[in-house]
Amino acid sequence: MSVLLIAEHNNKEVKPFTLNAISAASQINEDVHVLVIGSNSEEVAKSISQVPNVKKVINVNNPIYENYLAENYTSVIIKLSGNYSHIVCSANTFGKNLMPRVAALLDVSQVSDITKVISEDTFQRPIYAGNAFATVKSNDKIKCVTIRPTSFDPAPTSGGSAEIQNGDAAEATEITKFIKKEEIKSDRPELGTARVVVSGGRGMQSGENFKLITAVADKLNAAIGASRAAVDAGYITNDHQVGQTGKVVVPDLYIAVGISGAIQHLAGMKESKVIVAINKDGEAPIFSVADYGLEADLFDALPKFLEELNKLNTIQK
Amino acid sequence: MKILVAVKRVIDYNVQIRVKEDNSGVVTDNVKMSTNPPDDNAIEEAVKIKEAGKAKEVVAVSVGEEKAQETVRKALAVGADRGILVKVDGVIEPLAVSKILKKIVEKEKPDLVFMGKQAIDDDCNQTGQMLAALLNWPQATFASKIEVKEKSLEVTREVDEGLETIEVNVPAIVTCDLRLNEPRYASLPNIMKAKKKPIEQISAGDLGVDVKSRIEQIKVEEPPKRKAGIKVASVEELVQKLKNEAKVI
Repeated sequence: MSVLLIAEHNNKEVKPFTLNAISAASQINEDVHVLVIGSNSEEVAKSISQVPNVKKVINVNNPIYENYLAENYTSVIIKLSGNYSHIVCSANTFGKNLMPRVAALLDVSQVSDITKVISEDTFQRPIYAGNAFATVKSNDKIKCVTIRPTSFDPAPTSGGSAEIQNGDAAEATEITKFIKKEEIKSDRPELGTARVVVSGGRGMQSGENFKLITAVADKLNAAIGASRAAVDAGYITNDHQVGQTGKVVVPDLYIAVGISGAIQHLAGMKESKVIVAINKDGEAPIFSVADYGLEADLFDALPKFLEELNKLNTIQK
Repeated sequence: MKILVAVKRVIDYNVQIRVKEDNSGVVTDNVKMSTNPPDDNAIEEAVKIKEAGKAKEVVAVSVGEEKAQETVRKALAVGADRGILVKVDGVIEPLAVSKILKKIVEKEKPDLVFMGKQAIDDDCNQTGQMLAALLNWPQATFASKIEVKEKSLEVTREVDEGLETIEVNVPAIVTCDLRLNEPRYASLPNIMKAKKKPIEQISAGDLGVDVKSRIEQIKVEEPPKRKAGIKVASVEELVQKLKNEAKVI
């Protein structure tokens, strides 16, 4: 049997996390089919057909899929589900919204947010904000699985030539209507995939003070993150939140500034390769996960940090 | 309008959990329990809608062991009118919870069902969407703003790229994000009043729902420990270490 992977895209480009999900899918079974549901999304289907791990692309185009709605996607997936042993997608807000709706209609108990594929039916997943890992075996006939993207490398995007097959649209939903999406555009690397992340917490004291973070992030070509406390306080928008209920990031370098290190924040960043903590409270829990801790007032330390960075001849990008 | 709010009893979010020595799960004995945090937002929103005169009744429901009654009681103390406890022993998967909630919806006939977007114990993030599927109702997940209209809701959702707005017809399921509102604390008089509010107890068996686990939990382990780091004395030392030792800048 084969794996059906649901692609996330904007009708022009595939979203990066779909590539991570493809890697995980091909560990489950080599016969990976990718379903692209959209409107004039032929380019997306074409680019996915070039991913070497993909064996087939099913492209469903209809104006009703101009914007993603779980209700609409689900009807298409259910129609195709009989041919597959697994239905998978990325465990971000796209996949988290979609997969349970599919699973319930198939009467399947979903396995969410896997971090490891152990076999076709057995997976590892974090529970309690990553403070424990459960190994679970799904006994359902079809397995519905969402994949934590940062736990798998993205699949390569060239070299493949999968067949593209057109699929049929399903009936359009009348109970839900898309109104608008306010995307926050930025020239920075995306938080979920950036090599370096600089995050600010409640210690920043104001949104205005985040310019100190921005200056360092500019220098390091980093994404900007934030703790839930900083987002709740209105210092920065929600799309920057790192944590159990925000984004999970695994950069090479994570710099936590003025973040105490609540359990739910640590859940989103403690797998980072190198962690730096700058905090004036030497007892802050963030120091327990930091490779390099600097006990200092961030308002002194950040300008100095930038100064020192400026002295370096080269900085990795 | 009538609003049903589902609440879950979980280990308190401030508790550092411990894995059982036999790797069969997480220690829950003598551990502080409380309402799943985003479920508090769900209750708050329902109560606010009622206070604005747009809903007549708020019913809190929990699926869990006997002690989950405390969680229902807490919802009553912050403004829910009455409670329902569906008793189940042991771990229950979101699919089974959504089937139970479907039965409750069929009985109670609410116009809206609210719940938190995710429980902080199993981190599944499934129940609301599953219930919506089983009822063939629209779903508005990760809600950070809800506007009640005549026969629909306009919901702002927190998505990876920013914010998305959708309109869902009533009846609908909404799963709530932490930024939807600021949950209130129960006042002492309201806690006392809540003791008199009714909680109906039902067993999952009476509802005819199969609650058997489909997923086998093979083991639960501690995450790999990070090796202890060091404290640096100055910014200069920090930059030097990042450059020459960690080689990340």
